[in-house]
Amino acid sequence: MSSIWVFVEEYNGAPTELGLELLSKAKTLGNATAVYLGTPSAESLATLGSHGAEAVLQVDVGGRLPGAPVAAALADRAQVDSPSLVLFGQSYTDRDVAGRMAARLGIGVLANASDVRLVRDAVETDHEIFGGTQIATSSTNDSPAIVLARPKSFPIEPSGSGDPALSTLEVPVEGASDATITESNAEEREGPQLTEATVVVAGGRGLGSEEGFDLVEALARHLGAATGATRAIVDAGWVPYAKQVGQTGKTVKPDLYIAAGISGAMQHVVGMKDSATIIAINKDPDAPIFSIADLGVVGDVKKVLPQLIEALESR
Amino acid sequence: MKVLVCVKQIPDPASPYSLEEDTHWLVRPDDQVFDDGDRYGVEMGLQIAQANEGTVALVSMGPSGNAQGIRQALAMGADKAVLVDDASLRGSDSITTARVLAAAIQNEGFDLVITGTESTDGYSGVVPQMLAELLGVPSLTYATAVETDGSSITIHRQTADGFDVVKTNLPALIAVTAGVVEPRYPTFKGIMDAKKKPVETLSASDLGVETGSHQTVTAVGDAPERTAGRKVEDDGSAYLEIVSLLEERKVI
Repeated sequence: MSSIWVFVEEYNGAPTELGLELLSKAKTLGNATAVYLGTPSAESLATLGSHGAEAVLQVDVGGRLPGAPVAAALADRAQVDSPSLVLFGQSYTDRDVAGRMAARLGIGVLANASDVRLVRDAVETDHEIFGGTQIATSSTNDSPAIVLARPKSFPIEPSGSGDPALSTLEVPVEGASDATITESNAEEREGPQLTEATVVVAGGRGLGSEEGFDLVEALARHLGAATGATRAIVDAGWVPYAKQVGQTGKTVKPDLYIAAGISGAMQHVVGMKDSATIIAINKDPDAPIFSIADLGVVGDVKKVLPQLIEALESR
Repeated sequence: MKVLVCVKQIPDPASPYSLEEDTHWLVRPDDQVFDDGDRYGVEMGLQIAQANEGTVALVSMGPSGNAQGIRQALAMGADKAVLVDDASLRGSDSITTARVLAAAIQNEGFDLVITGTESTDGYSGVVPQMLAELLGVPSLTYATAVETDGSSITIHRQTADGFDVVKTNLPALIAVTAGVVEPRYPTFKGIMDAKKKPVETLSASDLGVETGSHQTVTAVGDAPERTAGRKVEDDGSAYLEIVSLLEERKVI
């Protein structure tokens, strides 16, 4: 059996959903070891075990920015343990560690993978390109292969109980590549987290202005939804980068996605096209978003949204 | 202070992208454009250089074509550009890209390297981190705000539910997100000046960098298509269609 390492971050004292997605996949490919950023509680350890981790390697960096020290420790350890595959998610700290680790080992990174396979001496990955209209398959002989998988690519599958062996990965002492986290701030957020919400209301250029996004927020409040945005309005400074859905932002897969004033550029569609139901409102009858919407409303989002909100208010 | 900003010329995202048949490499026309996502890094660099008596040089890798994308970046106000263009770099992966940029940057010398978070055409999102590792400096990534006093640098780093304040000493690399600063529009004078600014072109062998890729694209095929549903013209009552679909899906 091949040895697979899976990078798992901690959020609110538990493994992230992304980490559990990756572990669920890894256990179908070989013997999975979770590289856990933090100090796992007994409960977290059990969760990692039940999702396929046979071993857990905990790594704690205190107040240091994790990328450089964790990458150095993992690169050293990889040369001893020789895993076939190191699986990361396409998210913030994952990319920091994966990129720096690959550079230390002098190897590549297969990024934005939607699937991963072990094929003899190679690792093969699938990538959705051109807004998810095509799938490219890549192959590498790197050992280990470092793969970044897009969130929501694999279902979370608990597989009974597990009692993983816990050990600690020591990180090098602070050096020239270090940075310090001096403060952590949580932004106030109404409603659920974007990547975990069952309903997402997202806005684009068609909203007309920064104030137009108030309509998106109002509708989201009524539906208990998270709010999202296109790259265009993030670039325009209407909403922060954290809300960006798409190729260079977050991937969402809610039960319902409402696209308000969004044309459906490839860059956006790749981040939301796997939503179970899509409702689109756009003035342009030829907007590409309509080709993937279950219900398309050709109309002015600034007229339709207020009517919709009022109808929901009066219920 | 010596500020280097990594920028990229990309095929215009407004026109459809395609792949070369044999290699599966992205088709890159002669007139590529300046990657929109790089404007934030250039603006940040210009502001930091101005406040710290510094200079701003642009560093780029890729087929130069007519170099209009590089001129667009220079028109914002950078002093010069270094462009690494070499046929052997076609099909480079992220690690080769990072090695080339690192060699060009080391050639120039630097106090601060600024990159975007990811390019619009390749978007692997790991080149900044690789580059920092090769340069032996910290990588302060996903920056939504940046401050420097010339010897240390502090950023707000985007996290899943907010931001961390992260601090380190220079030299360092920062990777900025869209919206970190408001990019300026090039002035007419800026556009005219950009035509006269030095653009140095180097090859991979000038830099002594090994070329190639650690990955090959073995196949490209159509993805399963999602089919369109119903499309209605709004006559003032289309919101009722939405309400009934919300009811049907038990969202309300």
